[in-house]
Amino acid sequence: MKLTLRVWRQKNADAEGAMSTYQVDGISPDMSFLEMLDTLNEELILKGEEPVAFDHDCREGICGACSLVINGDAHGPERTTTCQLHMRSFKDGDTIDIEPWRAAAFPVIKDLVVDRSAFDRIIQAGGYISVPTGSAPDAHATPVPKPDADFAFEHAECIGCGACVAACPNGAAMLFTSAKVNHLNVLPQGAPERETRVLDMVAQMDEEGFGGCTLAGECATACPKGIPLTSITGMNKEWLRATRKAAKK
Amino acid sequence: MARTVWDSTVGKKTVMAVSGLIMLLYLVAHMIGNLKIFFGADEFNHYAHWLRTVGEPLMHYEWTLWVIRVVLVVAVVAHAVSAYQLSRRDIRARPSKYVHKKPRASYATRTMRWGGIILGLFIVWHILDLTTGTVHSGGFEAGKPYQNVVDTFSTWYGNAIYIVAMLAVGLHIRHGFWSAAQTLGVGSRTRDRALKAVANVLALLLTAGFLAVPVGVMTGVVS
Repeated sequence: MKLTLRVWRQKNADAEGAMSTYQVDGISPDMSFLEMLDTLNEELILKGEEPVAFDHDCREGICGACSLVINGDAHGPERTTTCQLHMRSFKDGDTIDIEPWRAAAFPVIKDLVVDRSAFDRIIQAGGYISVPTGSAPDAHATPVPKPDADFAFEHAECIGCGACVAACPNGAAMLFTSAKVNHLNVLPQGAPERETRVLDMVAQMDEEGFGGCTLAGECATACPKGIPLTSITGMNKEWLRATRKAAKK
Repeated sequence: MARTVWDSTVGKKTVMAVSGLIMLLYLVAHMIGNLKIFFGADEFNHYAHWLRTVGEPLMHYEWTLWVIRVVLVVAVVAHAVSAYQLSRRDIRARPSKYVHKKPRASYATRTMRWGGIILGLFIVWHILDLTTGTVHSGGFEAGKPYQNVVDTFSTWYGNAIYIVAMLAVGLHIRHGFWSAAQTLGVGSRTRDRALKAVANVLALLLTAGFLAVPVGVMTGVVS
């Protein structure tokens, strides 16, 4: 396959960026999107040019490191992560636009790499459970009803890649935050911090400069793990409940 | 608690949801009341007068009406201020656009902000036209709403403004009602289709009900 790539190049966080055009040849349809970019980078290095910086780690679709907005879609045209997107999803001769996640809370560090540490701070605000350390408890020590376990697992699938923020017209982190809140709030292990978790995580989310939810639904469409839009509804419910409880105290 | 709600994006959306639902309830009542115009001038004018005597003798003349007006003004202001602040925040949160643009979200979703502004301006015109009579075409007469409505819809611009605003209100309710349910945490996967259906039915009924009046005047059914 022969492709034309239009890639966002930006020297550093303070520099002005722009789209640069590159041609790549000899791309196999079985290559992943990142392998295609590796091919481009090898050519750039041979030519003595600066390779394109992009995030990646496991390349198995489970770590949440890879990003990229491909032809206007976070993670590209398939519902998966960029590392699991294959070149067979494109046609020979295609022009592909590759851009970084766009959000005020995700500033570009270089080229296609953005700073997603805002997510870490949201997790630090309440995305944890307090447990005594020591040997692991027996698996059946705390019974969890099956529907609750399934619900928690569905939301626990979030890998924190930030596609929801990139796709949201308001740069909101509602789907990410709600996935974490729902995952832990439904479980008995998460019950002691149920109220403070949602209040603190939402407060931190606002603090980071993410936008608000207008229920456009772009986040859920972009999510490679299929976190549903109703996750946000669930978090709103938890937030209202926690606010009411805090007021009674 | 009020501080927590007002300072949070989730809380401000709650303010929007609640104020929006209050206005929606009012719109349903308003639309049903409007349809009385098809039963003649006497019934319509009598209904308009009754609005001023509701709740008597407990309430004094026009008291109930003023209570409703105050609630509505509070709802409109709360809705608009929240929308303005949240929109500013949303725009700041997404400073640079993508080079590769794609059509996003439904038409109703994308037009919420402009639609809201159109509706805000419409409310001002609507009150100056048919409540105070300040910008009314022809001689405005308090206590003769039937004739006043006919006068308004006998002008091309009266019809144009009204029809545009009613289409905007339909679109606004279509996304707004369903969104309010999500914001208040009552939506769920099993309820989603039902909520969307109710939103669509409400939007259609209100738009059709409101538009019936100018169409009635234009076709001569109401004169």
